[in-house]
Order: sequence, then C-alpha cells, then structure tokens
Amino acid sequence: MIELAFLILFPAIVAFLLLALKNGQVQNAVVKIAAGLIGLATIILLITYFSSGLVLFTVPFDAAAEIMSVISLLIAGFILYLGIKQRKYLAVILITIQTLMFIGIEGWLAKDVQQVYNLFIDQFSLIMAAIVGIIGTLICVYALAYMETYHTQHPEIQDRRNIFFFMVFVFLAAMFGLIFSNNLLWVYFFWEITTLASFILIGYAKTSESTNNAFLALEMNLLGGIAFAGAIIYLLIADPTGSLLGIEQLLSSGQAFALVPAVLLSFAGITKAALMPFSSWLVGAMVAPTPVSALLHSSTMVKAGVYIIVRFAPVLSGTTEGLIIGLVGGFTFLLGSAIAISQSNAKKVLAYSTIANLGLIVACAGVGTYKLVWAAILLIIFHAIAKSLLFLCVGTVEHQIGSRNIEDMSGLIVRMPKVAVMMLVGIAGMFLAPFGMLISKWVAIEAFIEAQFGLIFVAILAFGGSITVFFWSKWMGKIISVDPHVSREEDSLKSEKKGVLYILAGLTVLICLIFPLISSSLIEPFVLSVYGQTARLSQDNIIIMAMMLFLLMIMPFSMLLPRNGARKVPPYMGGRPASSDMKFLGSMGVTRDVTLSNYYLNDLFGENRLLMAGTALGFGLILLAMIVLVGMIL
Amino acid sequence: MMSPVYGLIYILLAPIAGGLVAGIDRKITARMQGRVGPPLLQPFYDVGKLFEKENLVVTRSQDLYALCYLVFMLVAGALFFAGGDLLLVIFAFTLSHIFLVLGAYASSSPYSFIGAERELIQIIAYEPMIILSAVGMYMVTASFFVSDIVVSSIPIVLYLPGVFIGFLMVLTIKLRKSPFDLSTSHHAHQEIVKGVTTEFTGPNLGKIEIAHWYEYVFLLGFIFLFFAFSIPIALLAIAVAYLLEILIDNTFSRVKWQFTLRSAWIIAGMLGLINLAVLYYLSGGLQA
Repeated sequence: MIELAFLILFPAIVAFLLLALKNGQVQNAVVKIAAGLIGLATIILLITYFSSGLVLFTVPFDAAAEIMSVISLLIAGFILYLGIKQRKYLAVILITIQTLMFIGIEGWLAKDVQQVYNLFIDQFSLIMAAIVGIIGTLICVYALAYMETYHTQHPEIQDRRNIFFFMVFVFLAAMFGLIFSNNLLWVYFFWEITTLASFILIGYAKTSESTNNAFLALEMNLLGGIAFAGAIIYLLIADPTGSLLGIEQLLSSGQAFALVPAVLLSFAGITKAALMPFSSWLVGAMVAPTPVSALLHSSTMVKAGVYIIVRFAPVLSGTTEGLIIGLVGGFTFLLGSAIAISQSNAKKVLAYSTIANLGLIVACAGVGTYKLVWAAILLIIFHAIAKSLLFLCVGTVEHQIGSRNIEDMSGLIVRMPKVAVMMLVGIAGMFLAPFGMLISKWVAIEAFIEAQFGLIFVAILAFGGSITVFFWSKWMGKIISVDPHVSREEDSLKSEKKGVLYILAGLTVLICLIFPLISSSLIEPFVLSVYGQTARLSQDNIIIMAMMLFLLMIMPFSMLLPRNGARKVPPYMGGRPASSDMKFLGSMGVTRDVTLSNYYLNDLFGENRLLMAGTALGFGLILLAMIVLVGMIL
Repeated sequence: MMSPVYGLIYILLAPIAGGLVAGIDRKITARMQGRVGPPLLQPFYDVGKLFEKENLVVTRSQDLYALCYLVFMLVAGALFFAGGDLLLVIFAFTLSHIFLVLGAYASSSPYSFIGAERELIQIIAYEPMIILSAVGMYMVTASFFVSDIVVSSIPIVLYLPGVFIGFLMVLTIKLRKSPFDLSTSHHAHQEIVKGVTTEFTGPNLGKIEIAHWYEYVFLLGFIFLFFAFSIPIALLAIAVAYLLEILIDNTFSRVKWQFTLRSAWIIAGMLGLINLAVLYYLSGGLQA
C-alpha cells in the first residue's frame, strides 16, 4: 500500500517542487534524484507484489474524493479559460459538456457512493508500473540534457523548463494513479490529468502550430472523456451505491451488464490511444520536444488508452461490439503501417508505427480471447521499450545533424556510429525476428486463427506485418549505407543522453532473452486469473529464438576475423567516368553528384488517401458499435 | 517431434541438391532457347571460381551482410527441415533477406540501391502469401510444426488449391524468375546491372550463390508439404512446379514493380483468402 501511495504522491510533490525551482543545477539534481527514487520504488513494488496476485486496498483518507473534485473543477476552469482565450470553441463546448456531466456525477449521482476499495494492484498493473516507472523516468533524465540543447537551438521559444518538468512529473503521477485505481471515479480523475498534461506539453513551444495541435489533442481526448463520464453515469444509475464502480467488481458482474460501460470506456481508450479516426492528434503531437513524444508514445498517454481496453477485454470477448472495436484496431494497424511507408520524416514514421501497433493491441483486446490478451500485454511491453529508444535516438540525431528527415540520415553509421547502432537495435526490435515485436505478432497470428472471425485479423496481420518490413528496412538501409559524402562527426553527446540510450538499447535486447520469465511470472498468472486458462510459447521455440538472438549478436564479431585483404573500390557507375566521392560526368560535360533516395510509393500508400479511408472506416465502425450499443440499452 | 538430424542433413546436402537444381535449370533454359547450354555441374564450377577471386568491396561491412544472409538462410532452412514452427521459419527467412537488402544498401551504389528497394517491394509482395500458406496448413492439420504437417495423411493440396496457386505465383518472385526478376536476375538482360548483388564480388558473391541454393531446396521443400501425403506424388509435383517456373521464366518479359506488387497481393487476396475463408466456413469457424 505504502509503495502505491508513494508512487502516486511522490512524483506529484516533486512536480510542484520543480515548478518552484529555477533552471539550473538544482533542477537537474532534483529531476535525477526523483527519477532514481521513482525507479527504485518501482523495483521495490515489483519485488513486494511479484507473486501476490490481485490485492485490493482501502484508502484511509476520506478527503481524497473532495480534493479530486476540486482539482477537476480547477482543471476544467483552466481549460475553459484557455479555450475562450484562444477561441477554440469546440474545446469550450466539449469541456462544458464534460464539466456538467462531472458536476452531475459528483453533486447528485455519487452522493450515496460508498466505495471501499479505491486502489488495487495485480500483475497487469505491475507490468504497467514497471513501464512507467523505469522507461518514463529514463526519458525524464534524458529530457534534462535534451531541453538544454533545445533551448540553445531555438532561442525564439520561451524557456519554461520548470513548467515542462512540472508537467512531466504530474504525468507520471497520473499514470501511476490510473493503473493503481480500482475506483472508476479515480481512474477518470487521473485520465483527465493525462489529457491536460499532454495538452500543455504538446503546446510547449507556444507557436501557432503547436497550439493548434495541442487543442486538437485536447478536443479528441475530451470526446473520449465524455464517453468515460457516460460510462460512470450509466453505472451510477444502475446502482446508486456505487458498488459497481470498482473495476474488479464490474468485471465480475458479468458480461451482460458490463458490456455497455466497457464499450464506452473502450471508446475513450480509442481516442486516447489515437486509433483511426482519432489518429491525427498523435501525429500532430510531434511538434512537441522529442522527449514528450517519447513519453506520449511509449510509457504514458497512449498506453493508458490500451490499458483500459485490455482491462475490459474479458467483457468484450466474443461480442459484436468487441469485434467491431477489434476491427477498428485491425484497420488502424493495416492503414497506419501503410501510411508509414510514404513518410520521410522520422518522427512521423514513428508516430504512424505507434498508431499501427496500438491498433494491433486493441485488435487483440477487442477480440479478447485469453491468448490474444497475453499477446496484447507482450506487445505493450516490447513496444514501450523499442519505441522510447527510437524516439530518443531520433531526438539525438536531430540535435546533431539538424534534421529529422530519414533521407538526411544517410551514412549515419559513419557519422555517429554509436547512436546509429542503437537506432538499428531499436528498429530491429520493432520488426525483425527474434526481437520482441515480431514475437508478439507471431503469437497474435496463432491466437487469431482460433478466435471467432479471426481470419480477417490473420489476413490483416499477414499484409500489415509485411508492410512494416518495408519502411523499417529502408530506414535501416539509409543508416547503414556508407555514403562517401559524409565523415565522422565529433562526439558531443552528453553523458546523460548516452547513458539513457545505452540502457534502453540494452533493455531492448535483454527483454527478448528474459521475456519467457516475465511471461511465466506475471503475464500468465494474470491471464490465468482472468480467464482460467493461459497461453505460452512452446519451449522449443523459445530456445530456438534465444539461439537466433545469440547468433545475431556474435555475427558482428566476424568482422574482427583476419581476412586475406578485401580491396576497397568505388561503386560501379555504369562505366561512366566517376570520381571516388561519387561525382560523375553527366551529359553536356556537367559534373554531377550521385544522390540516392528511398522509394516512398506515394501513389499506393499516400497519406491523404489512406487517412481518408481510415477515417471513414473508423467512423463507420464506431458508429456501428454505437448503434448496436444503443439497441442494447433500449 | 522436431529432429535436428534432418536439419543437419539439410545443412550438409542442400547446397549439392540446390546446385544441381540450378544446373538443370540452366540446361533446360538453354534448350528452350535453342542453345546447348553449360554442363550440369557448371554452377559448382562458377562458385568454385568465385572463391578464388579477389574480394573487392565498397565497404568492409558488406562481408558481414553477405555472411549473415547465408547464415540465417541456413537457420531458416535447417529449422524447416528439422520440423520447426512454420511461422518462425518464415520470419527467419525474412531476416536473412533483410541482410541481403542491407548489404546492397551498405555500398551506397546506385544500381544496388535500386535493387535493394525493389527487393523490399518483392518481400512485401510475397510475404503475405507465404504466411497465408502457413495459416492454411494450420487450418488443415491443426499444427504449425513442419514435423506434424509432414506426417499428416491429409492431402493438403486438395483443401488448399487456391493457396497452392498463390504460392506458385510468389514462388516465381522468390526464385527470381522472369517476369518478376526485378531486384536481381539470373539472365543477362537486367536494366539495373545485377541489382542487389552489383557490388558483391568474389567470395561474397559466392556466399550469396550458395545461399540461393539453400533457398531453392527450402522452397521446394515447402511445395513438398502440400503433397506430403504421398512421396512419389510430392516429388512429381515439385518437378512439374519447377518446370513450370522455368517455362514462365522463358516466356514472359519483365514487368514493373507496380504490377508485381498488385498482382501478388490480388492473387494472395483473392485465391488465398477465399480458399481460407471457405475452409474456415466449412470447419465451423474452427472453434477450439
């Protein structure tokens, strides 16, 4: 219990401390020490509750609910003020509706609520806590060095680093709160805080673009928040004593009753996880400083969205609504991956890949058989690590070469060998055997075959999975091509940045070796406790994959073997007179440079076209789910 | 049960079998074109000579990628013949090809760069169909393990005719046969020189050739699975399928990548998926 309270309250306290501090050494030290303590507390939490299964807690502090209400109203007032000031009337309308619903809940419906168990922890919460507590804090440490460079490179942006770190730590506190809360009123409170935190962090630069994108994120998430509030109202009308407000109690109340709130919550999850048709806010969020993107994409925000859907997967399993939600996820996976092919902006590629993978997680959770929930949790873990590594690598490269375009990363292996290798590890982690994401996709294929209507998803995975090979490989190819125009750049990386990158790259590889252990000690007991049966990978396959990983790691050492001299020659230029730095004699005697550029296949995979298709499909499916749902309520 | 012995036999004997297949291929192709053709063992002479040549590289890292291509091709094939999980085999197979692509990218040469892009397009063109083939076999035999599929007495091909035709289609891509020899070709009429292999010479090119031989045997082994209920029929099917590929190779001219990608996806989507959907429906949704 004390660990849970610490993890929720401590980051919040640190946040306020950071708000008061000026930039400089003290801020630096506070962030590092706090990050270290949160990491440590997470590990202690893991050890303490490793084998205890589900534990429910009462919170002996009665004023907690009142404090939360006050904070919620303050936040609503703040957003209302900003919305009116920036003339974002959609946001104003949405926040007004939500606040009215909230006042209705707090002042009227929830009067008789006697919630006993406000907090809980089980293996799934533990996994999520580990992701937030370890990856989230690593990103914080990285952000210290990053933000310093950021403000040196962008003198036009007002230095509000105290607000930045304030918001980041509030974000972490809210995430811990969200995953430890059993009471849906509490989950809702933390849910709204993550919406606010992402809004402020996306708008950090205060340019018109970042303000617009911040409001876009806000509007879409508020829409989800309304659905969330709707779920709470439904539950309170059904039972005014609030006995069904607990997630655990709701899950055990039976599918017939829990389906309506589960679908509403899943809709909230879909907006937060940026599935189509709501994907544009996550793509727009890349205007924020890179550590924010890393945080949003890997350990917080979008993971809150999939967390809630995976939680309610047992309710969705086997229902039409669940299937529709799964299809929203499946099409998002397919179209998101395809759009990534046509993008040359590294952060955009990462954004679409995140959207695609979240889609896959939701597809697994929506169909919701025990094997698929197992696969979904594996996906959450692997994706968090590899994606945070990739974002931080892109941020590092961007500061060094001044561009986040993949075409400009040509020959990175020569220019910044260490970062390039870590980037390669991250990319390999996203799509290659025997790394994590591929393991999860493989498991998902095997699990979908046995599920109802699973063939649609198998087809989506077969095509979508191949598509991901294309855009990751061509990115890898750009990095490793030994471009004769470039030379090694001086190594000016700060030790914090480098340290964080090393740890994340190490984790990406390590997690592939120890995932059977994580699976058997955390994921399988969780799935077993929810479904009464569990999935696992066969022993043979685990051994084979470990061997492949080992082989992959020793292969580079073959470069050290003595060889009977390979002679270096310039590349073949079709017999044209060419110099060794790849200049050739073109027509009319003009000397030209060779430039090589990747295929983007815009005709087939253009963003506009596919995004339109995705939006239409997504809206259509969600509308269908809503109609089915309304039919059920009536 | 998986049996590593067969994997070992594959590692030892596959290059011999694969080289012979390549030799027969060249002989028949020559006859179709009205030539006498090289001796049957010509592929072995060629590769032997490659290993005697000087190793010319643009960058030293090419050595690594060529070696990785060969090694992971071996892993994929050995895993297949040892009776491993078909999906894992396919993923290892893709991994090995990614190394070939990376090797082509590494040299920063215009011809191999275009070859690499085209090779990637070919990968996304054929991979869905190969995965669907594995899924089809699972739906018929209820196992992804080659060791289970191969001992099944069910005539798999009768349940999966659409999937089999789709597989033959992507086999043309995989064997680098015209009209789908976009990224590199065995013929001397390639518009991007030798595509992915342009910058590989001597021993590195030799390794890639040997990897191709291993790949031949693996792909023919995949055809075997469709007919595993009867060994004579399976061998006949492999021979007919390969002859068909040679015939196609010599009858069609090369197409653009757009056509390759679209046709492979449409065929995988139409024949493969409809076949699977019918099967799925007939088996009552496979409720486990």
